[in-house]
Amino acid sequence: MSAPIRVLLAKVGLDGHDRGVKVVARTLRDAGMDVVYTGLHRTPEEVVTAAVQEDVDVLGVSLLSGVQMTVFPKIFALLEQHKVGDMIVIAGGVMPDEDVEELKKMGVAEVLLQDTPPQQIINTLTSLVEARGAR
Amino acid sequence: MARPYIPSLDLIEPAARGEIWAVARLISRAEAGQPEVREAIGEIYKRAGAAHVIGITGVPGSGKSTLVSKLVRKLLDAGERVAVVAIDPSSPYSGGSILGDRIRMSDLVLDPNVFIRSMATRGAVGGMAHAALDVVDILDLAGFDKIIIETVGVGQDEVEIAKSSHTTVVVSAPGLGDEIQAIKAGILEIADLHVVSKCDRSDANRTLTDLKMMLKDGLGGALTRGWVPPVIGTSSYDDEGFDELVDGFARHLAHLEGPAGQARREQISVFRLKKAAEALMLEMLRSDPSFEPEGKRVAARQTDPYTAASGIVKHFSTEKTHV
Repeated sequence: MSAPIRVLLAKVGLDGHDRGVKVVARTLRDAGMDVVYTGLHRTPEEVVTAAVQEDVDVLGVSLLSGVQMTVFPKIFALLEQHKVGDMIVIAGGVMPDEDVEELKKMGVAEVLLQDTPPQQIINTLTSLVEARGAR
Repeated sequence: MARPYIPSLDLIEPAARGEIWAVARLISRAEAGQPEVREAIGEIYKRAGAAHVIGITGVPGSGKSTLVSKLVRKLLDAGERVAVVAIDPSSPYSGGSILGDRIRMSDLVLDPNVFIRSMATRGAVGGMAHAALDVVDILDLAGFDKIIIETVGVGQDEVEIAKSSHTTVVVSAPGLGDEIQAIKAGILEIADLHVVSKCDRSDANRTLTDLKMMLKDGLGGALTRGWVPPVIGTSSYDDEGFDELVDGFARHLAHLEGPAGQARREQISVFRLKKAAEALMLEMLRSDPSFEPEGKRVAARQTDPYTAASGIVKHFSTEKTHV
């Protein structure tokens, strides 16, 4: 019996649109994962602290407000500070193609945009965690 | 990016220094029930035992999470380091869960003296998660003074929390109708402290009175000899009643200095021992190779389920004594 994949889903900053992230949370729960949801209007510091305490396999940050290029560098810096540079980070929401490229260079494992089908989200997380191996 | 697997024994020292990543990783491994972590848990157990473990339970919607967040703030102000283990239910269908207790504790997250961990029940009954007590030891090792276990919303007979904590708080809320009548033979018996939450509501006095009457009639407290459980009204909205609650913890802790405390600690240890034995037996049972052949014999009615089962149990209790 292997343990469920642990995921933390977060909304960062002044972005009140959480219907998408809630649908994702439910999708992942129904796929047998443990999903920690932190609610709206969190700061990167709060999100990373929570992710470290919860020791999640995957940190998913949903953004619909266009601030991805300022939020993700902060998140990676904070993860390093907390000695968990190996956490899998995923971005979700609406963002331009050129940002997607930059985010991946930065270390975001995958960017799941608004039209991603639920099954693809599940598959992406599952294979990323498998590829990482035991921890 | 990836880093090598760190053996659990090597995580003990960083965890004991309070390094959060190590504490959190040990918890994950304990929660997953990995055999590799058991030796480390054993070491940790020997070094733990200093923390005051507080269980908080009550029906769903009674305000447990909100109360915990207010309570933690009070304890922090008193200079304590506080860890919270917040348990939410796993889906009985998918085995997954949505753990949302943190939402109501978000203003505590950045305090360096707070650690919050969400756990799913993963099929455990009793409002607890299987590994909750291992998690308590790990947090104890990490130097937290108070460890609060918040159970899932429970109903009548989920009393495991009382066998796991030094001080058990049962939260009741006003406006839930005849709830007290309904559960008077259930979780109300396990309370060391009663809290009536949401006392900003006009019908709270009724609930307070009901509870006090019930206790007067001698219906509470099978586990609490020599201790009269106080009934404390709180309002998370008006921030009232929490000093009284914190004071109640101190008084109960003082009560546990006496013989009652020794009895309680032994009771907790026996419960843990049973839990550990149960886990090992289940694991051995699941992996026992004699199930298939014995099952075939049972199917062919050459033997009966009880005889075959007692044969298997005897066989592994004599031969497989390893951890």
